[in-house]
Amino acid sequence: MVGYIFKRLFQLVPVLLGITLACFFLLRALPGDPATLLLGARGGPEEVALLKQRLGLDLPLWRQYWLFLGDIGSGTLGRSVVHGRAVSELVLERLPATLWLVAYSTIIAVILTVPLALLSAVERDKPVDVLIKLVFTILLAIPSFWLGLVLVVMLAIWLPLFPTSGYGEGFLSRLHHLTLPALVIALATASLTIRSLRSGILNVLGSDYVTTARAKGNGTNRTMRVHVLPNALISSISVLGAHTSWIIGGTVVIETVFALPGLGSLFVESIFARDYPMIQGLTIVFAVLVVLINLATDIAYALADPRIRLD
Amino acid sequence: MTRLRRLNPTLLIGLAMLALLSLFVGLGQVWTPHDPFRIDYGNTLQPPSLSHWFGTDDLGRDVASRVMAGGLVDLRVALICVAAPAILGAAIGALSGYVGGRVDTVIMRITDIFWAFPFHVLVIAIVGVLGPGEFNLYLAFLLVNWISFARIVRGEVLVLRELEFVQAARSFGGTDRHIVARHVLPNAVTPAIVYAMADVVLTILAVTSLSFLGLGIQPPTPEWGLMISDGREFLFDAWWIATCPGLAIIYTGVTFALIGEGLDTALRPKG
Repeated sequence: MVGYIFKRLFQLVPVLLGITLACFFLLRALPGDPATLLLGARGGPEEVALLKQRLGLDLPLWRQYWLFLGDIGSGTLGRSVVHGRAVSELVLERLPATLWLVAYSTIIAVILTVPLALLSAVERDKPVDVLIKLVFTILLAIPSFWLGLVLVVMLAIWLPLFPTSGYGEGFLSRLHHLTLPALVIALATASLTIRSLRSGILNVLGSDYVTTARAKGNGTNRTMRVHVLPNALISSISVLGAHTSWIIGGTVVIETVFALPGLGSLFVESIFARDYPMIQGLTIVFAVLVVLINLATDIAYALADPRIRLD
Repeated sequence: MTRLRRLNPTLLIGLAMLALLSLFVGLGQVWTPHDPFRIDYGNTLQPPSLSHWFGTDDLGRDVASRVMAGGLVDLRVALICVAAPAILGAAIGALSGYVGGRVDTVIMRITDIFWAFPFHVLVIAIVGVLGPGEFNLYLAFLLVNWISFARIVRGEVLVLRELEFVQAARSFGGTDRHIVARHVLPNAVTPAIVYAMADVVLTILAVTSLSFLGLGIQPPTPEWGLMISDGREFLFDAWWIATCPGLAIIYTGVTFALIGEGLDTALRPKG
């Protein structure tokens, strides 16, 4: 197991390097010019040239990338044009809210996904299955920013159960504040994960060991409890892991709707402020978060299912 | 080409909903109950009534007319933002899978890396650098969306190129170009088409969220995400402004989700 973890950590190095390369060159290759965008109508050619020099945009691309790697190596990730502070400082300030939201919505998504997928698979093609499919097809099509607004009107204004925005202080208050945004992300996620887990469970139900368990005279309950449920729980780890990127992407819009002080709202603010170093740094931070969470789920999966380590 | 095995109810309902949607949006181009752009300060924030079916917004514009007129932009953007990357991705995926070797390794490593970036984050970053606007949305989605299609088509091609009919075409002296175009691609695109329908749903959500954030379509163009953003301030006093375009997005999403699912059932090989 230790060997497996080391192998995975070692494989991380080229991926992280690739992420910096992809982000850097993709954003540079675009026709927009950050200095002109940042100054807008105010900037004459001289101001633009000066700003380019300050941001290092007048250097050859490979030099810029090298300096950028230096910024990453030194842990600053560059310097925000608007805030005048290291990107990493701002990221660390805003990271907790996003991690809270990701963790909370993942937990709600699991609570929704596992029982509903099991029910859907066991009752395959019966009314319950069709109903679950229908409800989650509609949920898939609901824009999360709209659902957020609707829930605010219903559960924060009409029925004042939850706050309309903000992040709260202390564990319980934080849970209370983040319930609505986490629920919105979880519903959007569950609409995808229930489907994947359902087909995973259908495979388990049709597998030889379940048939054997039944042939040995096990009742449906025992077969489900001993053979199907543990495997379903294990597959739910990988199904949710596959949607990490989706959950993290969802935080960008939802944090803005609920005015949460997280990375997503910082990202949107930076876009409007044309804070180029922030945009670049945050894009990388988001990708690294996805990679790290995926690594964690892979390790959890390997701990739960010994066959994986052989791959 | 795989033939449609059976028109299942899901597919039929989806197609019927699509016909209705096209009618609604098409009609919105030639006729709307009111002028979707006409500002009427004497008539602001009116609740739904016989003359204004979905009420009026904060500038007195008719919400129903704007929902009808706004559908075209969203549908056009969503379809182009799926179709263009689908074609690019399918071509890259076919090349990667058929040629194999180093080309395949390089292309797959590139897709692996892009895979790590959350979809919304990458699209928003690209639009953020390019600036908002419809054309920039196309560019952003083209740069991000091709990856899934490339991976799906490559996976299919890897299997297909070893199958007997492809080997047979090769032994008859078919050129690579002929084999890919006539034998491999037509068989490899079925799962990509099914995926494309599901992708339309996610793309409509992404496009409307970008407009909602102020990064997509710009005012005063009637657009669903933008209308929800306008209605946000008046949620409590005038719920209809944000509700109606939201329902339109959901209807459109369910339509394509059902078509996708129906196509999946109809096209998937049995067994």
